[in-house]
Amino acid sequence: MTTTTAAPSAAVTAAPSALRSFWRAYRHAPANLVGLALLVGHLALALVAPLIVPHSPTALNADQLLQPPSVAHPFGTDRFGRDVFSRVLLGGRVALAITLVSAALSVLIGGLFGAAMAYLGGVVDELAMRFVDALLAIPGLLLLLVIVTALGSGYTVIVLAMVLSYTPGVIRVARAAALEYVPRDFVTAARARGEHAFDVTIRELWPNVLDVLLVEFAMRASWMLLAVSGLSFLGFGVNPPTPDWGLMISENRALLALAPWSTVAPMIAIASLVVALNLVADGVAKAAGLDRSRGGPV
Amino acid sequence: MSDLLLSVDKLSVGYPGPGGSVVHVLSDVSLTLERGASLGIVGESGCGKSTLALALLGFLRPGGRLLDGAVRLDGTDLFALGPAELQAVRGRRVALVPQSASQALTPSLRVGQQIAESLELHQGLAGNDAEAAAVDLLAQVRLPKPAEIARRYPHQLSGGQQQRVAIAMALAGGPELLVLDEPTTGLDVTTQSHILDLLDEIRERTRAALIYVSHDLGVIAQVSERLAVMYAGEVVEHGPTTELFARPRHPYTRGLLASAPRLSHAALPVALPGRPPAPDARPAGCAFAPRCAFADERCTAEAPALVAVDSPTLPHDARCHHWLRVAEASFALPVSLGVRVRREAPALVDVQGLEVRYGQLGLESLWRRASGAPAPPPAVQGVHLTIRRGETLALVGESGSGKSTIARAIAGLQPVTAGELRLGEHDLRRPSGRRPVELRRTVQLIFQNPDASLNPRQTVGQILERPLQIFFGLPRLERRRRVAELLDQMRLGAHYAERFPGQLSGGEKQRVAIARAFAAEPELVLCDEVVSALDVSVQAAVLELLARLKAERGVTYLFISHDLAVVRAIADRVAVLFGGRLCEVGTAPQVYGPPYHPYTKSLLAAVPDLTPNSRPATRAAETPAAGAGAKGCPFAGRCPRQIGSICAEQPPPWRDAGDGHGIACHIPLEELRDAASVALPVAASA
Repeated sequence: MTTTTAAPSAAVTAAPSALRSFWRAYRHAPANLVGLALLVGHLALALVAPLIVPHSPTALNADQLLQPPSVAHPFGTDRFGRDVFSRVLLGGRVALAITLVSAALSVLIGGLFGAAMAYLGGVVDELAMRFVDALLAIPGLLLLLVIVTALGSGYTVIVLAMVLSYTPGVIRVARAAALEYVPRDFVTAARARGEHAFDVTIRELWPNVLDVLLVEFAMRASWMLLAVSGLSFLGFGVNPPTPDWGLMISENRALLALAPWSTVAPMIAIASLVVALNLVADGVAKAAGLDRSRGGPV
Repeated sequence: MSDLLLSVDKLSVGYPGPGGSVVHVLSDVSLTLERGASLGIVGESGCGKSTLALALLGFLRPGGRLLDGAVRLDGTDLFALGPAELQAVRGRRVALVPQSASQALTPSLRVGQQIAESLELHQGLAGNDAEAAAVDLLAQVRLPKPAEIARRYPHQLSGGQQQRVAIAMALAGGPELLVLDEPTTGLDVTTQSHILDLLDEIRERTRAALIYVSHDLGVIAQVSERLAVMYAGEVVEHGPTTELFARPRHPYTRGLLASAPRLSHAALPVALPGRPPAPDARPAGCAFAPRCAFADERCTAEAPALVAVDSPTLPHDARCHHWLRVAEASFALPVSLGVRVRREAPALVDVQGLEVRYGQLGLESLWRRASGAPAPPPAVQGVHLTIRRGETLALVGESGSGKSTIARAIAGLQPVTAGELRLGEHDLRRPSGRRPVELRRTVQLIFQNPDASLNPRQTVGQILERPLQIFFGLPRLERRRRVAELLDQMRLGAHYAERFPGQLSGGEKQRVAIARAFAAEPELVLCDEVVSALDVSVQAAVLELLARLKAERGVTYLFISHDLAVVRAIADRVAVLFGGRLCEVGTAPQVYGPPYHPYTKSLLAAVPDLTPNSRPATRAAETPAAGAGAKGCPFAGRCPRQIGSICAEQPPPWRDAGDGHGIACHIPLEELRDAASVALPVAASA
């Protein structure tokens, strides 16, 4: 009988890829799958909407004002005679694009900055975090409105305003998540090797907080979508006549009793997308084992 | 037998495995325990010790299933009881002292309140009575100023004090059986010794039976009358502790004994190859056969039964087909390597008057300085040391002695506040980030906890390639080749490069951490408690690896440890630290022999050696020492040989005992030499 030192145990088989085990944990709850299906549906519709809309979303039709739902107009028409179905299909595109870009930027910038602060610590961290606290003290919507009124309501400005008002929160979360890893010896080892702070953040910390950041992305995206729609509703976002859910609700709300479909349809669209994002965020958090209060992944 | 308290009868416990199968974690475990007796349960991690300990309380971890057998307390089958009846047994008749007291205590409640709560539950005491009784219990576990301790929160107590509180809590119900899961793991040797004394005393006073679960043979040897050795969920050997230590009849028991370093032998322990099988991958026949030198075809075909060995009158059983052959084979201790010091070797690192203070950076320290509040005492003060090329210098001391701080300072991770620190022509006071590449490559670190020292999201290959990239700028293919070579040298095999740390065992992780340090081809390797988180058998293998690498590469080790037996096995020279200052420096034989510094002596006396019942009773109460930053000797206050106020008021002089052996003490060398005869654990009367 020959034995070798530290012979590989039969129990350790080929590495199940991290992604696969994540998916196995994620698909466990039906709500997660519903959320994912809704989200994918929304994204797919937003992508192909221009190819499948039955009517022009901006074509006015004085003959058909405030029509109830029919075969030609599944969601009826609004007070300008525009096809609500077509407008709902197209109305998420701008908001969704702004949301995804802003959420990605927030998480990227906030994640890197937060992790770097956790690593650097000391006076730099103290000062930076007090600045972040100051930003967090301003209500998000207020900050958004101030920036948009000051700089105008171009899409770039909206993205900028979104990133500015949501990144401080991400920084906090990323810093807290990274703090758990900073005292670990693999970070110490990197420091002893003389690695640059940027390398430590990217190579050692970032991969460990990625799951937290993924959840952050989904959470922030759902808030941002509401905020973008809110801006449009208030008249600071998307300009008419571009179809947009927030704007549609705002335009048609006076006629809620007369033609409910033109208001309710975009409402359902917003609500279902936000619910989808929340379900996905929840599912990702549980699958990544972040939701410890409920026992983590099953 | 009217005296029988506990009987475990053919207990088998399983957990659901893949595809509806059942994985056995305990099979056919039978044990008995009389009132007031003590039993040790020993084995490597993953052998079912903790599962057994919990089963003694009628508890299985979620998912666990009782497959067969029974646990009877005074004839009552615990697994047949309903939840309410079990509740009445747990805590009141059987109590558990969990492994980590710091995690077992509620952080947000004062400890007195926590104990009072279990008194209210078990004894029906109320309000003030319960609190008074709680203070009484704290006094029983020999905590100084119990009334004051009762008002503290767990985080305000030291590890040893927390463990005492946990024991007090277990005693609250007045149990007949106390189950202690690794009661002293993670404590300093001196603290450990005090806790073991306390447990002895409790057993004498309360007549409670004690069951110790531990991987530490030294501790088990001191406290248990009988011993059960567990392997892969089975009891493989069982008998009186003295018998098992003197005449081990199962190859596994032998392997464990040989792999434990001994204070009395300056030799590397012999590693037990391999590791226990995972519960779902038990081989057919004898589970130990793949690791056993005695194994033959019969072992792989037929599972051995637990049979009486030696004499039928002795209650000594072993589960081995070949126990007779084992008995005949000589059981020799590893050969001593002799003195390996190269006294003439040139200095590699020179430390002169090193001082390190924490809390010198950040807003808090600015605020402290502005408000004129006193600075915290230095973690290291006035340390002079020379690390010679090619030697292994051990830094020994308890937690908080400053031994890791010195290593961190040498690695450039901790700013030095005063003194000189040089490696050749390099100034080591520079932080790692501002050191030349060459210096960073030369000095490498290995850490205590392999779980924390490897990035869980990087593969072993990525982890090992990084130093090759930074220090040698090797191209990718070349790095891959070197990684394969390194893994091979660590006896791991090139296929490990694809794995993540989470898929490795503790020993394998530590090998990867060692490989990462050696990838840089260093001259000085700082080993910070590198084996203290590992099982004995794995520990021996890692020590062996370190010794081999040193022989092959001629590296120098700074070996930091609190374990004097391990240090004895590997170190050429030893430096003893207390409260951030040096107490004693010398070659290993010098430090382990007279004259002793009083602290060295108390450390040596506290080490549980592998001779059953050899531990001298220390019984003294733990008194706090002056500690770091003291005006006089940091050990003053705790020192058993204090000679008066001079100890607390003046720093002790450095006395040269000749041949590089130095002791910092007010007591003259002659007296230290005279009083030396009582030291070292030579088997004394129990």
